[in-house]
Amino acid sequence: MKPRTLIIVAAVLGLLVAGTFVRGPLPPVQLPAETIVGGLPFGFRITNTILAAWLTMAVLLILMYKATHFRFERMSLVPSGVQSVVEGIVEPLLNLVEGVAGAHWGRRFFPLVMTIFLFIMTSAWLALVPGFGTIGLVEKPHAGSGHHFSAVDLGPLRLAFYLDPVALGGAKEKAQPEPAAAKEEHPESKTAGSVEGELVPLLRSANTDLNTPLALALVAVFFIELWGLRAHGFSYVKRFVNVGSLLRGKPMGLIDLYIGLVETIAEVARLISFTFRLFGNMLAGEILLAVITFLVPFGLGVAFYGLELLVGFVQALVFGMLTLVFASMAVAGHGEEPAEAGHHKPM
Amino acid sequence: MENLDPRSLRWIAEGLAIGIGAIGPGLGIGILGGKAMEALGRNPEARGAIQANMILAIAFAEAIGIYALVVALVLHFV
Repeated sequence: MKPRTLIIVAAVLGLLVAGTFVRGPLPPVQLPAETIVGGLPFGFRITNTILAAWLTMAVLLILMYKATHFRFERMSLVPSGVQSVVEGIVEPLLNLVEGVAGAHWGRRFFPLVMTIFLFIMTSAWLALVPGFGTIGLVEKPHAGSGHHFSAVDLGPLRLAFYLDPVALGGAKEKAQPEPAAAKEEHPESKTAGSVEGELVPLLRSANTDLNTPLALALVAVFFIELWGLRAHGFSYVKRFVNVGSLLRGKPMGLIDLYIGLVETIAEVARLISFTFRLFGNMLAGEILLAVITFLVPFGLGVAFYGLELLVGFVQALVFGMLTLVFASMAVAGHGEEPAEAGHHKPM
Repeated sequence: MENLDPRSLRWIAEGLAIGIGAIGPGLGIGILGGKAMEALGRNPEARGAIQANMILAIAFAEAIGIYALVVALVLHFV
């Protein structure tokens, strides 16, 4: 083995070994996003998930700028560097989209599907970067007592960080600095050099706040209906309110009406399922990582990190693919769905 | 029974929500995976299509488990 490889392997093994002495604090998990800047007019507040969403957008914009300089004429036909990386992401997905939806509609669907995919994947993967969820402000704990942070004064700011002595088999007590560091501006119950409170992270994955998946789902469903209307004109509404047969005097038309009602309920259920699938996966992943770093020596928690990487990618793909599939169903017309193949028998 | 904490029913409900709720998706995903393996064995050339559709179907099944988890989380935090 080359000496460089040997060093890397030794470093990784050393980190894993050292990780067995380090443990995370009991995670103060809470569902709603924590406010960083409150008191804006009309009751608005800036939460840590909003900051993370802005960061996600910034990362994507910078990546795309580096790839294209926002000028298609200046892009080279033979890509290199960042452009080839972005093309490596865009092209397979474009092929997939056009494979599912056909060439014409595929081009129309692609921007939305790609944006949804990139946003969800980037926000999920950014949350795995060290610093997310560990750097923040120390505030008064609202449930029970908080943790004790050791504090150091640096001029006007107090820097608080969290130490958790981990007993290994009861024999050794080692105090290791934990990855939770906090810049604290509201000192609560100060004793000399220590601060008690709860860590409010400055950045928290955007999709762990119910609002973001809900917004994405609303946008997706809105566009699905829009494309359906664009493909079929006003008769797209016939899919949901089907009074054609009834008005022609056939009492069997009641069944069509009922089917239309079920379709409407199915659309609303899609909205809910989009939202909760993404929200549940992201939130559960965040809680899982926090709890695993508490329960298990840090080194072993790396396996769950890999799981989170996979889940972030898969959920992004699933959201995008489902949007795509439902959109293709909407523009294909309800008469051509395999489930309603029997509907066109002459009555 | 007199000393039973009135909150204890909520805790039991949390555990049951995710516990029972995970049975269905677990079985569903297992069946999906098995069928996908069968299909792959019969027709190894269709690997791309089988894989893509399997992942999609698994995500659908998993979503149901996530709903159960969300119910458990809501019971815990609200």
